[in-house]
Amino acid sequence: MLALLLLHLVAATVAPLLVRWWGRQAFLALALVPAAGFAWTMAQLGTVTDGGEVRETTPWVPALDLEIALRLDALSLTLAALVTGVGALVLLYCARYFEPDDEGMGRFAGTLTAFAGSMLGLVLADDLLLLYVFWELTTVFSYLLIGGSGARLAARRAASQALVLTTAGGLAMLVGLIMIGETSGSYLLSEVVANPGDGPFLIAGTVLVLVGAITKSAMIPFHFWLPAAMEAPTPVSAYLHAAAMVKAGIYLVARLAPGFADVPGWRPIVLGLGLATMLVGGYRAIRQNDLKLLLAFGTVSQLGFLMVLVGAGSREMAAAGLAMVVAHALFKSTLFLSVGVIDHATGTRDLRVLSGLGRRLPVLAVIAGLAGASMAGVPPLLGFVGKEAAFTALLDGGLPDRTAALLELAGLVLGSVITAAYTFRFLWGAFARKPGCADTELVHPPTPLFLAAPALLALLSLVLGPASPLLEPLAAGYAEDLPLIAPEAEKLAIWHGLQPALALSAVTLLGGWAVFALRAPINRFQRRVAVHASADEGYWNVLQGLDRVAVLVTGTTQRGSLPAYLGTILVVVLALPGSILIFRAPWPDEWRAWDSPIQALVGAVVLVAAVLALRIRQRLSAVLVVGVTGYGLAVLFALQGAPDLALTQFLVETLTLVVFVLVLRKLPKDITDRHRPRERAGRGLIAVAVGALMAAAGAVAMSVRTATPVSVAYPDEAYRFGGGQNIVNVTLVDIRAWDTLGEISLVVVAATGVASLVFLRKRTGAVDRLDPVQLARQGRSGRRAPRGQWLAATAALAPERRSVILEVITRVLFHTILVFSLFLLFSGHNEPGGGFAGGLVAGLALVLRYLAGGRYELGEAAPVDPGLLLGVGLLFAGGTGAVGLAVGAEVLQTAILEGTFPVLGDVKLVTSLFFDMGVYLIVVGLVLDILRSLGAELDRQADEDDPIDVSPGEVIVR
Amino acid sequence: MTPTVVLPVIIGGLYAAGVYLLLDRSLTRVLLGFLLLGNATNLLLLSSGGPAGLAPILGYAEPEEMSDPLPQALILTAIVITFGIAAFLLALIYRSWRLVRQEVVGVDEEDRRIARRSATDADEIDPDDLAPEDRPAMHADTLSDEEVERALARDYADIPSDDVDLPPTRRSDR
Repeated sequence: MLALLLLHLVAATVAPLLVRWWGRQAFLALALVPAAGFAWTMAQLGTVTDGGEVRETTPWVPALDLEIALRLDALSLTLAALVTGVGALVLLYCARYFEPDDEGMGRFAGTLTAFAGSMLGLVLADDLLLLYVFWELTTVFSYLLIGGSGARLAARRAASQALVLTTAGGLAMLVGLIMIGETSGSYLLSEVVANPGDGPFLIAGTVLVLVGAITKSAMIPFHFWLPAAMEAPTPVSAYLHAAAMVKAGIYLVARLAPGFADVPGWRPIVLGLGLATMLVGGYRAIRQNDLKLLLAFGTVSQLGFLMVLVGAGSREMAAAGLAMVVAHALFKSTLFLSVGVIDHATGTRDLRVLSGLGRRLPVLAVIAGLAGASMAGVPPLLGFVGKEAAFTALLDGGLPDRTAALLELAGLVLGSVITAAYTFRFLWGAFARKPGCADTELVHPPTPLFLAAPALLALLSLVLGPASPLLEPLAAGYAEDLPLIAPEAEKLAIWHGLQPALALSAVTLLGGWAVFALRAPINRFQRRVAVHASADEGYWNVLQGLDRVAVLVTGTTQRGSLPAYLGTILVVVLALPGSILIFRAPWPDEWRAWDSPIQALVGAVVLVAAVLALRIRQRLSAVLVVGVTGYGLAVLFALQGAPDLALTQFLVETLTLVVFVLVLRKLPKDITDRHRPRERAGRGLIAVAVGALMAAAGAVAMSVRTATPVSVAYPDEAYRFGGGQNIVNVTLVDIRAWDTLGEISLVVVAATGVASLVFLRKRTGAVDRLDPVQLARQGRSGRRAPRGQWLAATAALAPERRSVILEVITRVLFHTILVFSLFLLFSGHNEPGGGFAGGLVAGLALVLRYLAGGRYELGEAAPVDPGLLLGVGLLFAGGTGAVGLAVGAEVLQTAILEGTFPVLGDVKLVTSLFFDMGVYLIVVGLVLDILRSLGAELDRQADEDDPIDVSPGEVIVR
Repeated sequence: MTPTVVLPVIIGGLYAAGVYLLLDRSLTRVLLGFLLLGNATNLLLLSSGGPAGLAPILGYAEPEEMSDPLPQALILTAIVITFGIAAFLLALIYRSWRLVRQEVVGVDEEDRRIARRSATDADEIDPDDLAPEDRPAMHADTLSDEEVERALARDYADIPSDDVDLPPTRRSDR
């Protein structure tokens, strides 16, 4: 069974390709897929009619106890045969319905095949949640099929209406399914039905599941999406909206009825809504002029009928219901396909325009006539058998309550009268010659292949009537789980002798003919009593109300001011964790003044600098005082006993200053924009409160700490497993290497982001290098600084921008610094240092070259694409982990290799060194990318006066 | 563990200054506030590691005398990441300045537009306001267009019906 579903999936995926190769003939190949499903289903017929069933279970998400549990019993088999059989025929029909040059055929073919697979999965699923998954898949594919290309407003609206309604019902159903599953203690459909449990939870769950079923099967008051969905192409209407998808609700009710029919609320909902839907649908159907709409309302009506039958919860009604489900699928898809042929042949579906088609399309007229006869309940067709079985069942029993049964019977007979009436209207409208209408011309006479699908379906309707005893084992196989209310169960057959039900059938046909004959006065009456309100209007009003509320809420909460948003967030932080801190937190009993007096001194400097940062409006000075806090922090780190941190903080602070200067040189000197005093007071209040909160939180967190720190074991582990003496570094590259891997990835993203923001259009490639030819020309041009070149590309700088002292210093120091950075990298495992510090030092060396020699000098110093450095670094770090995995160790586990080599002596190699090299490369890449973007590229834009003006047609999104 | 007075005061001060700057409209000051917040958070993390100790390097100190290495490792990467994000914000500031000669976070026009919004998309319009051929099929009962009804009654005098919202398949013929 799973293989069948996968076959549909594969076919749906390749369908667009097939359509591109073979055009509309691809549908013929695709039809083989559901046909294979049909063949398989029929092959299981023997097993199932003998009372057996076919099960298949595949684990899906074992951690959640989810499995793909599929099961084929009598009910599933009936539905699966309909879904696959009608599906194959509809695909066959598509091969002629579409013109060879129609657009979007590939998409359509894929979606329709995928739908067929989902629907098959729905009727086979034995797991509640799996059932829900397939349920929603059919909803989604139905949405795509109704919406079509999305070019037409009416189709879009119909599609989204169907989606909103059925998904809303589906969500209610999901909640209901979970409630039912929890109550019964199993999520297997077969076990749930056998033993549903009881209690209010079950009642609520059942009602919610019914909500899903009645939205899907278009019961009142959610019936209006189905006629609107007629915007879809006719094959879709025939398959989804007559034979398959709308049957999902009927199927679910039929599936649950053996266990749930006696749950309070079930019968009023199912029987009441079903009957009302049957009458309302029929009432609307008898005055439609569009043949397709007429059938759509007829479908609504028939779905109500089916809902009553399968939901009644008695053996005789269920058997009639199953027969009627088969009958309806056959005749309704035939009729829809016939309308498609008429539409295709004449270009209209308007029964006021069509005239005399019966003579011109006699075959089609016979086909549609047969199907119509089945719909109206004319013997000997299958529709007659089903309807008669239903009448008999209600006459003899059918429902536990006699009065209710007779009331239902009266309603169903009335509904059947109307059904007969709109059947006559359909046949008359489609094929009769009407006075005052010229005979309709055939634009495209249908080919035999086009008529094959409806013809086959109509023949089945005809044959299965007399052959209805063949259906009996299936109907009985499903219905035997239900209690028998009538004295004895009547078998499905065409002739039961002269009995009351036969008289009722005669009444429906005669009554239908009368209603049809009196159509003029009845339609006039309908127009007069039409109420100026409809479910559809209610739907739109609800939707617009939602829209308005959404805009109102968004408009009031999203004021568009970033400081306001941030302020709101901070106020919430103050209100919630803040109040807990004040009222619940244990305050420290004792305090120490400081760890050392120098700490207090440095702290005072940091605080003064922070306060100055608030006052200063000059950009550069503000940056400098913020830098002071950073350097102060480095001292605090050193005092606390963290040399690695102090080193890193010093390096980063220096780099930050340089980068700031690089950008701020392009901005005005002062920050002019000022806030109003009231805003400043508000900000100040929030700021002080947040500061106090964080200080208190830190102090309280310290004092209440009782657990032993996880890092107690680090020193030992660091040496034994990590092979290093610098515990912080071993933590970074081994103990918590996953963290570090994530963090260096973030660094890569930030570096890429910087470059993308500055370069705007093209951001790959290395820094510009000096063109030797250009350099030589500049050399000849005379007036330049002293001849002796200390650096490679300083000659390209204007003389007034050169500084010989800086050049000399750079020349002397650059390589020394690089060597030192490598030393930090390699010694970092045992001494302060490591990949981060080493990379930052190397970055500072590059900064020095750039400052001394300008942008070309940077290109000479590092003639590589920074993106390459970042990528190789990430590869190094990630590769270390992957190699560990490949040789059977944990990801990112360190191996210690020791050995004695000539010349080198004893060498101890720790593999996490390669991880640290990756870190080193990434940090160098980050610095180089920043220098290249915020330094060199900004210089280039200024030098070449390259305005980043928009090119025509380009839009800059702010 | 006994908290010190000095560290929470520094942390609180840095947080207060950082938040004050963060709530500014000038992006440069927002960035400075971001840096101060970063410093404050790093210090908070460090202080959670307990009192000062010796550097956590074997051979230099005994494990009992060492300061806690775990917060240090966390802070070390945080420092570098703060640098990367600061550079990114700087690039943002530069771009904003280059494109619109402004480096303040103005009022978000999109948010204001939504707040003022009154018009709706075609897909959300009330069906009554649509052209007849775009109306959904079930909307018939709400329609009271007497003129259309009369025209239909005249055109199709022989064929009784009241259905006026038929989605036409041959629109060009009408």
